[in-house]
Amino acid sequence: MLTIHCPCCGVTAEETEFHAHGEAHLKRFGPGSSEDEFEGYLFMRKNPKGVHFERWRHQYGCGKWFHVARCTMTLEVFGSYSAQTTEPPQEIMDIIHDRRPDTAAGPAR
Amino acid sequence: MSDPVSALKNIFDDTGLVRVSEIGPIGMVTLRGDLSDKVLGKAAVAAGGVNLPEQGQCNTEGSQGIAWMSSDELLIMCPYADVHARLADLQEKLAGSHALAVNVSDARAVFDITGDHLREVIAKLAPVDMHPDQFNGTMFRRTRFAQVPAAFWMPDGRSARIVCFRSVAQYMFDLLKDAAMPGSEVRHYA
Repeated sequence: MLTIHCPCCGVTAEETEFHAHGEAHLKRFGPGSSEDEFEGYLFMRKNPKGVHFERWRHQYGCGKWFHVARCTMTLEVFGSYSAQTTEPPQEIMDIIHDRRPDTAAGPAR
Repeated sequence: MSDPVSALKNIFDDTGLVRVSEIGPIGMVTLRGDLSDKVLGKAAVAAGGVNLPEQGQCNTEGSQGIAWMSSDELLIMCPYADVHARLADLQEKLAGSHALAVNVSDARAVFDITGDHLREVIAKLAPVDMHPDQFNGTMFRRTRFAQVPAAFWMPDGRSARIVCFRSVAQYMFDLLKDAAMPGSEVRHYA
């Protein structure tokens, strides 16, 4: 069971109050992009064993979207942050580097 | 004109650990917009009759009040008979603002639960830390009760008020009654 903090309403609750919506920080490829880029945007996901950045929604609470950094193997949650960003904030990256020194994980492809 | 009726016609049950009663109908207006906007804030205070609540809180006074629903949403409560007048006034004040105010009174059901085991009855159903140090005062929490969305607050130490959708009112009543079944005391917070 994950314990997640919603940065929008300040509530910390277990995961059943929230809903996960897949990988965060995807770069959109729309009209004018190549077929390969469009396929990658639509279907290709990282599915890592370890640090993962995800979109979550506070389904039964304030209804807002935000991002969560967590480990898919140990289920450790590193932190949550605003969805109005293109990359994780430095404090989240610092926590991850501190907890997983050998991982160079970032959302960039 | 037909009389307004609440979802379960004010049904109650006092055979369990807590007294569960459906109350209402209660006037409710959903107000969405920029909560930091002064015009919107003033209009909400006029409609709700209390000060604006902080994040995650609600201010209530008798049958009226304002609850913080999310960073761009407030719930304004008032007597059912007043809701049309208050909504019209609110909409007039917000005519020039980017905001939305809707009467949702008939879309909701409200329950009151009273009794010593109130905290554990809620804790059985919702993923909320009900310890008196964690949930207290004017806190207002939107969460789920078993399978349905709901919000609740505690007007005083011995009672809680739960708001849910009208369509799940019977489910909510059965749920609360079950969680308060005699002999099912957990005494976790005792």
